[in-house]
Amino acid sequence: MAKPPLSREDYLDLYGPTLHYSPPGGFRTVDDYDDLVDTHCCFCGQQCGIKLKVKDNEVVGFEPRYDFPFNRGKLCPKGIKRYLQGSHPDRLLHPMRRTPTGYQRITWDEALSETVSKIQEIQAKYGRDSFAMLSGVSLTNEKSYLVGKFARLALQTANLDYNGRLCMVSAGAGNKKAYGIDRSSNHWEDITQAKVIFIIGTNIAECFPITTDYIWRARDNGAKIIYADPRMVPMARTADLFLPLRVGSDSALLMAMLHVLIRDRLIDEEFIRNHTVGFEDTADAVSNATPEWAAEITGVPADKIELAARWYGEAETGMILHARGLEHQTKGVDNVVSCANLALATGKIGKPGCGHSTITGQGNGQGGREHGHKCDQLPGNRDITNPEHREYIARVWGCPEEEIPGKGLTAQEILNEIHAGNIKGLLSLCFNPLVSLPDANFNREALDKLEHYTVIDFFLSETAQHADIVLPGSLHEEDEGTSTSGEGRVIKINAPVTPPGEARRDWEILLDIANRLGRGKYFGYTSTREIFEELRLASRGGTADYSGITWEKVVDTQGVFWPAPQVTERGKTTMSVAELDSEHPGTPRLYEGGRFYHADGKARFNAVKWRESGEVVDDEYPIWFTTGRVVSQYLSGTQTRRIGPLVDQFPHPKLEMHPRMAKQLGIRTDDWVTIQTRRGEVIIQANVVNTIRPDTVFMAYHWGGKESANLLTQRALDPVSKIPEYKVSACRVRLATPEEQAEGERVKAASARTEKNLPAGYGLQERRQELRR
Amino acid sequence: MSDLRFFVDPIRCIGCKACMQACSECATHKGKSMIHLEHIERGSSTQTAPMVCMHCDLPTCAAVCPADAIKRTEDGIVQSSQAPRCIGCSNCVNACPFGVPRYYPEIDQMLKCDMCYDRTSIGQKPMCASVCPSEALFYGTLEEFQARRKGTPTNTFQFGAQTITTKVFIVLPEGEIGLDMDVISHMDARFEPDAFDHLDPFAHLEPLPQAQPGLTGGRL
Repeated sequence: MAKPPLSREDYLDLYGPTLHYSPPGGFRTVDDYDDLVDTHCCFCGQQCGIKLKVKDNEVVGFEPRYDFPFNRGKLCPKGIKRYLQGSHPDRLLHPMRRTPTGYQRITWDEALSETVSKIQEIQAKYGRDSFAMLSGVSLTNEKSYLVGKFARLALQTANLDYNGRLCMVSAGAGNKKAYGIDRSSNHWEDITQAKVIFIIGTNIAECFPITTDYIWRARDNGAKIIYADPRMVPMARTADLFLPLRVGSDSALLMAMLHVLIRDRLIDEEFIRNHTVGFEDTADAVSNATPEWAAEITGVPADKIELAARWYGEAETGMILHARGLEHQTKGVDNVVSCANLALATGKIGKPGCGHSTITGQGNGQGGREHGHKCDQLPGNRDITNPEHREYIARVWGCPEEEIPGKGLTAQEILNEIHAGNIKGLLSLCFNPLVSLPDANFNREALDKLEHYTVIDFFLSETAQHADIVLPGSLHEEDEGTSTSGEGRVIKINAPVTPPGEARRDWEILLDIANRLGRGKYFGYTSTREIFEELRLASRGGTADYSGITWEKVVDTQGVFWPAPQVTERGKTTMSVAELDSEHPGTPRLYEGGRFYHADGKARFNAVKWRESGEVVDDEYPIWFTTGRVVSQYLSGTQTRRIGPLVDQFPHPKLEMHPRMAKQLGIRTDDWVTIQTRRGEVIIQANVVNTIRPDTVFMAYHWGGKESANLLTQRALDPVSKIPEYKVSACRVRLATPEEQAEGERVKAASARTEKNLPAGYGLQERRQELRR
Repeated sequence: MSDLRFFVDPIRCIGCKACMQACSECATHKGKSMIHLEHIERGSSTQTAPMVCMHCDLPTCAAVCPADAIKRTEDGIVQSSQAPRCIGCSNCVNACPFGVPRYYPEIDQMLKCDMCYDRTSIGQKPMCASVCPSEALFYGTLEEFQARRKGTPTNTFQFGAQTITTKVFIVLPEGEIGLDMDVISHMDARFEPDAFDHLDPFAHLEPLPQAQPGLTGGRL
């Protein structure tokens, strides 16, 4: 039904990716701008402060924002070149309808009418839940909140989920199980006070570059670094102890570390007694998890596991940091609670230099997962199946409780149901599932089965190419609001420019659709500020309590850490937004004094049993396959694959493999190789490096089409969080045949177009003229 | 002369190229980066090394310039070549002991790092040291560096008989750190060469096709 109508070449010509290099007006605008606007980078959960240069309603460059305390001017290449996503030749500027021969320009009225009539038609025919919505957490808190309300009250579907399902949910579920709240335990300044930092499953240098400075500051204060990763990533290179564990073996390593801590009495018995529940069961579960046992599974020497446990246990203060490497598994939640078990057993939490934090990956991965964006969630991180929670949100929304649908399906499950023919219609924004979900061939088949698909996007992403109606939405710099960084710091996003052409702000588009669906009474907002005010009230009393936060306070204090609950009696009971107080100073460090967020104030140990990943190597597929990021690209690359200088830094995915494996397979650097799993096949070039385990290969995931790592990954989900197991698959690798190599070279050549009329040397031609004068 | 110094601490470099991308935004060299970043040898390590102009007290580049196009200003900054004077001979490119100047044929001129003279001359930080995520590039006073950080900054270098002192410091790691870059050396001994059999990941494979020279591009 929704097959893309154009050839690859036509897509490239019309919709890109086009590699965009020079600022609007050329580099002369670098020093000739009208305004310098404080805002934040959009390209990861650290949300670095940045100043954007603006001229004639276009962003023309950047300037470091030295006064923002998190990054103090520091930026990674994505932030520096981010301004090139505006004024981009591929930018969608008007609504379009897909036809059998291409995309036809239509008016907003036509586009919205068709979308709304299809929603009504499909829901009348197949039921309300047959129309699903997918969203993403590069959106602000305001938009995330609005999407949650829009899906439940305007679309009236239970089936809303978001791309945080591929990102933050294992950490979220693990945090809630252990601590009763889902946030990193500390503001990042606390990292510098740690005497030992245990980093597992996160390539901090490439995924969270600014965090490297916090770790180095801790090292300057005498901290030891323990780094567990199958690859010797840049920060692992100089670690005091490097544990090259096998993909999917994290929980074995963590269980053995707990075993050593208990065996050697390096635990804090008083803390365990006073502030936790369930230690005995957890201790029992690791009684046989000796370092020797774990060495067999992980491939890490037993004495190094002992040493890691002892360093962590004996240090005065300690911090655990992890990210998707450990969370993107069918054992994602097990792994997260195993880390929590270490922190709780040693009492290394809730103090300066002590904590356990996931490092949020997506721009607003923290805030976007708190306010009703998830299929099982209502604002304030409330539970959509909890009657009291439903009742409260119904009061805030002014609707009968029964109008709020129940728990829906998670992201991959929605695609599964589309494939099965049970979900017939889809509205999506801020999500490129064709690149970002596992098993891309399956998801492509699913999208082709939809009876109707409307997408809101700023570029025609791989997924958007399958849409029937394309609505041009807004970029980060075209709308204001708040977002929440990985530290839990709520910050203000400003809008230096307005959307170009006929493009519109995302929230205004959703309001229009709600109105046309006859549900406008619930969506009377005239600004994003009004959405935030309602969010404050809706989050009040939930674990993610934003009620004491105002935009002014966020700006004046360079961010406010939630939870910031009501302090006054009036504020705690009022249903009027105007009566909420803003007295609470915010909470940079959670769990101080051993107070946790379960009803009894105590944290929970969670016993974990060792089990294998969803797919393990065998004779047919003997090599471990894992995926991750590179520093110059972001997520599915919809934005960063269009920014020339970032693409030049890492133009195509390569398969990293160890020289020993390469020797056995007869492969050298830059040879074309064919990688196969039970799901699909990818042909790319090899990079032979001894910075990876000899039984594992690695591929970055930012590319679409035939360069997509997710052609190979599997749809196995964590039973609790429903996160897909991106980080563990079994594959086989061989040298490509001449035919395969030719195909690989063809795909590589057709991955992007270079900007037309590009000044030679990106402006040096112009400079040459100046110099000749 | 300002007591603000520039420090390069390669051990902290994460190879992200934020410095290059930020440098390329400058209005005076539009899209070209004057800071260079090298992968030492990617096959063996992720180690990278950023290189700015060292701003020598007695700059060799200026000494060998036949056109007197390279000037060192009183504040210790060795400026990029002066366009009207530079004859594009590349003497400086060949002579610099640190390998910093580069010749750009499209403008027939040498360009190099001038430590963001437009910024540092008015009290702002250079762009690369502003954005560097790991502070591998650091701009501040020597006292500030020594109070806060480990490592030994040095700005005296010996090249044969030539002793060079520079405005920029290179930071040497404290003590001896032996870094074994091969992941295998950090793994369980059962993963040592020839003891890989219990996993036996490749036994089932067909005999390998011979690598065919001429079909592929670059070689290791």
